[in-house]
Amino acid sequence: MTAALLAVSKLAVRFGGLAAIEDLSFEVNAGEVLALIGPNGAGKTSAFNAITGYLAPSGGEIVFAGARLNGLKPHRIAELGLVRTFQKTSVFGGRSALDNVLIGLHLRSTQQPLAILLGLPSVAREEKKLVAEAREILSFVGLGTRADELGNALAYGEQRLLEIAVALAARPKLLLLDEPVSGMNAVETESFMARLTRIRMLGITVLLVEHDMKMVMGVSDRIVCLSQGRVIASGTPVEIQRDPGVIRAYLGEKYARGKGAPVRA
Amino acid sequence: MKKSLTALWLAFLFSLPLWMNNQYVLHVLVVTGIFIVAAISLNLLLGYAGQLSLGHVAFFGIGAYASALTSLGFSVHLTPETVLAIAPKPVWCGMLAAVIASGACGWFLGRLSFKVRGAYFVIVSISFAEVVRLIALNWVELTQGPMALNNIPPLTLWLPGLGEHVFWKKPANYWLVLCIAVVSYVIVRRLVRSRAGRAMVALRENEPLASSVGIDVTRYLVLAAVVSAAMAGAAGALYAHYIRIVDPDVFLFIYTVTMVIMVITGGKGTLAGPVVGGLIFGLMPETLRAFAIPPELQWIVYGVLMVLVVFFLPRGIVPAVQQWWQRRQGSAVPAKAAS
Repeated sequence: MTAALLAVSKLAVRFGGLAAIEDLSFEVNAGEVLALIGPNGAGKTSAFNAITGYLAPSGGEIVFAGARLNGLKPHRIAELGLVRTFQKTSVFGGRSALDNVLIGLHLRSTQQPLAILLGLPSVAREEKKLVAEAREILSFVGLGTRADELGNALAYGEQRLLEIAVALAARPKLLLLDEPVSGMNAVETESFMARLTRIRMLGITVLLVEHDMKMVMGVSDRIVCLSQGRVIASGTPVEIQRDPGVIRAYLGEKYARGKGAPVRA
Repeated sequence: MKKSLTALWLAFLFSLPLWMNNQYVLHVLVVTGIFIVAAISLNLLLGYAGQLSLGHVAFFGIGAYASALTSLGFSVHLTPETVLAIAPKPVWCGMLAAVIASGACGWFLGRLSFKVRGAYFVIVSISFAEVVRLIALNWVELTQGPMALNNIPPLTLWLPGLGEHVFWKKPANYWLVLCIAVVSYVIVRRLVRSRAGRAMVALRENEPLASSVGIDVTRYLVLAAVVSAAMAGAAGALYAHYIRIVDPDVFLFIYTVTMVIMVITGGKGTLAGPVVGGLIFGLMPETLRAFAIPPELQWIVYGVLMVLVVFFLPRGIVPAVQQWWQRRQGSAVPAKAAS
């Protein structure tokens, strides 16, 4: 493996006296799928928010591809190639699926306000190209036939796919997925896992927060387990499943003593 | 089909003064047109960027004063010793000054409220309009205060085939306002169908998601505010040189409300919305008068109609008509939906 794509060291996030994250360090290597797991309140989403600039970290350092992210605005971080999705389904509900992806293509287009106001032909040419690209991305996530539906009108699982399409449109190097399959049924989860494999093949590194253990164990190369704002274990899925610390955090002392019991979601 | 309809509609509007000689109707149309330009500008900020500017009349008024003062000339004491004196300039210079001055104020307000959204933006914008009104009222040396700026010259332009033409008459002003309205409409249309317009809509629909894909929401909010303010300033300049008197009452809240009504009833966030809303609510009081309805009743009818529109067509007239049209088309050709 080459140098880490994302390096988080000694990250701390505090809300007043409450420490959501005490001391979090981990690295994401280029090309891998890393999952961040942990019981509710472990600080997974806070870590996401701090990395992507939605929360100001109280301490520590976040370095992405050689650039320090601390203090950067979310849109600047997205420009660097770090794009996230949200835990709560988040699409542009009043716009069509195609428009959603077109908005996601913001960074890929170059029209300047003056050219737009003057109605230069270069703008129209680029718009055509963008629409074609947006349709391609929609088909990639399997929403090719739903391009004209409003975001709100899509089924829940489809909205989650649309979120991924919007994020992919921003051309991420590292994609952060916050509970992408929560609320999906088993079949939808299965097909989502297949899609994630195809996303990897595009050369996109993935950092994942997820509660669905079957999914996590199936797609991740490595897993980092958090509990109460600290890393309690990290390793391959098999190592994590056998880690007594992880079992204790999820199931309590009693199960941890019965060594080797597999974690079940 | 759509193109020829637009051409027909434009031909009707442009030919109107040629076959209609009623000066009073033309006057009403000119004033309504000026307010439609203002409503189009408000729609960019309210309908697309999703920020309710309840001080929008400030930009209109600043444009009116900037244009009037530039074309009349003025001199003010900046300190007791230094005097800033501007000689009268041609009216087109004044109109340019109006666009620039209002645009700059829009930039300022956009920057100022870069972290302020929703209700706070509303408060900031109202306060801004009120401050500007008080300045216009009290800085007598510059604005004549309540005595108003009088004898504002009408626009003089060199036109091919006509030579130097002074816009005294109503038809000339009608065509001028119509041209500016068409230009405003085209500007907004280009904006909203581009990357910039999508960024504004993204800000309105879901700000965190917008910034997660790299949209600098502040930048596009400021862009919307600048374009919107500059356009409102142009409307104000048209008003100043048509009515030819400007007093601090141009900053009254009621004018902002009129613009908001035009945008909301017509359909905010649609291109045709402010035009349709503007035509209906701009022409209605005068139309009611034509039916000899007493003034008290006029305003009651106006209010009732507004409430009815908001109640039954909450998204506005234009989206409702579009939906009805689509449904009609859908039921006429059911095979189309299946294919």
